[in-house]
Amino acid sequence: MKQDVPPPYTAVTQHAMFPKPSHDEAARYNFLANFNKHMSGTLGAGNKLAYETRVLPAFRAEQGRDPQDRFEVRHAMNRDPWHRLWSACRRNAMEMRQQNGRSIVLRQLDELDALAQHFNAGRDTLALNPDVAVPRYQAAVDIHCMPGSYHGEERPGDVSAGANYDSGLFATTGGQLGALNDGGGQALVEWIRRERPDWSPRRILDLGATIGHNIVPLAQAFPDAEVIAIDTAAPVLRYGHARAQALGVHNIRFVQMDAEHMGAFPDGHFDWVQTTMYLHELSGKSLPAIIREGVRVLAPGGLMFHLEQPQYSDDMPLYEQFLRDWDAFNNNEPFWSAMHALDLKQIMAEAGLPRDCQFVTGVRAVADRSIFPDAPAPDEEDYGRTAKWNAYGAWKPAA
Amino acid sequence: MTEIDWIARAGTRAKGKRPDFLGDPIAERMLSILLAVAGEVSVLKERLDTVERLLETNGTIRREDIEAYTPDADAAYARSVLTKEYVARILRGMQQDMESMQAAEKPLADISADLRDS
Repeated sequence: MKQDVPPPYTAVTQHAMFPKPSHDEAARYNFLANFNKHMSGTLGAGNKLAYETRVLPAFRAEQGRDPQDRFEVRHAMNRDPWHRLWSACRRNAMEMRQQNGRSIVLRQLDELDALAQHFNAGRDTLALNPDVAVPRYQAAVDIHCMPGSYHGEERPGDVSAGANYDSGLFATTGGQLGALNDGGGQALVEWIRRERPDWSPRRILDLGATIGHNIVPLAQAFPDAEVIAIDTAAPVLRYGHARAQALGVHNIRFVQMDAEHMGAFPDGHFDWVQTTMYLHELSGKSLPAIIREGVRVLAPGGLMFHLEQPQYSDDMPLYEQFLRDWDAFNNNEPFWSAMHALDLKQIMAEAGLPRDCQFVTGVRAVADRSIFPDAPAPDEEDYGRTAKWNAYGAWKPAA
Repeated sequence: MTEIDWIARAGTRAKGKRPDFLGDPIAERMLSILLAVAGEVSVLKERLDTVERLLETNGTIRREDIEAYTPDADAAYARSVLTKEYVARILRGMQQDMESMQAAEKPLADISADLRDS
């Protein structure tokens, strides 16, 4: 039989800014891609078995009722030896991915910083502002166990955080995001081409762009558009700008800016305000504030589009909510759980995008499927990492 | 080569309290070591496969050939299957525990007594 296996790390595009892996460094990622796939696929089913065959019966025997929410499911599952070992293995895989990526990047940091300097120096498409503070929601912990998070530097002005992020996306997603890890951005292009084939946005704003991997495809699809990618973290912007230049994409301006304070942009300035896997890394107060600011800078008739994992709802079984919450408590994603329980529609409505202008649609990563695997079937889904999202969007009413 | 101690810095700890998974800090770190070593064995296996393929094709080998080696689609598939098989083997215990959750089995002593008496 034909085995379902991840593609090799050598299939990832080594653009000019990409950290160059040695033979063995690539092999480390190949191990992790296979290991993660085995954990979420073959062994992922063990969590449900543990829940159904012993955790839930024990909970019922003890409490005389079913669990009321995903937190009760988690507390009960965290006493189960099988789930504990599974979680410990997964956590270690996340930590190994970071160590592997940092090892690759830091040994060649001189070359990477020199390359970034080559691509960045004197360009007005990179605007850093040291006065932009690291938001509290970014400083609290190192997000998804990435040492230093997006803003960490090994030395002032370096690109280590961005380079490490780019280097290891393959291992965590098993290649689902494609050769340039841009399956999310490619999906945006495919979606808008289908939805509004004749539409050409003049100005596009990407919030929390990190290394710009999801905005580059949009900039390529709309070469005449003025694209602005903002983030609070300079190291990922330095890397992202250099990466875009290396890919020959020159119509994106990378700007260090806090999305809560976008006073530099006038009202109604953008035709499209975009976030991709961003909202879950914010906080309870910053998320609505950022959506409000996003709506303010959005032109009447313009599009706001948020790509995220599906929100929890009463229809979603508690067990699935619990498993989707794994990263929140085991992989340093402190806002993940609360964010996925928010009523995004209500938040967008309060920000000025009425419900009758809103829509929710499913979006899958777009990549060369002759090489890179599609999102797995539901029973093998790697919750939180599967390259299959819900888009929460709205067309702002015309004035 | 950078002035940064890249070996030391590669292993930087991520900020944020690490969850207690196994209830025993020593077991926790034994697992970390075991999985890291498991990864390194996989790396060695892949490197050996590269060496064998290069020798098969060229009859000789240089280290830069190993670094430059990019498998074609067939070789990539065969190597990924090799890794998958290796991962399945080292995780056999977890897989069998998982299967045992599906089966209500009596202890062997009970079966033994049962067979003795029937």
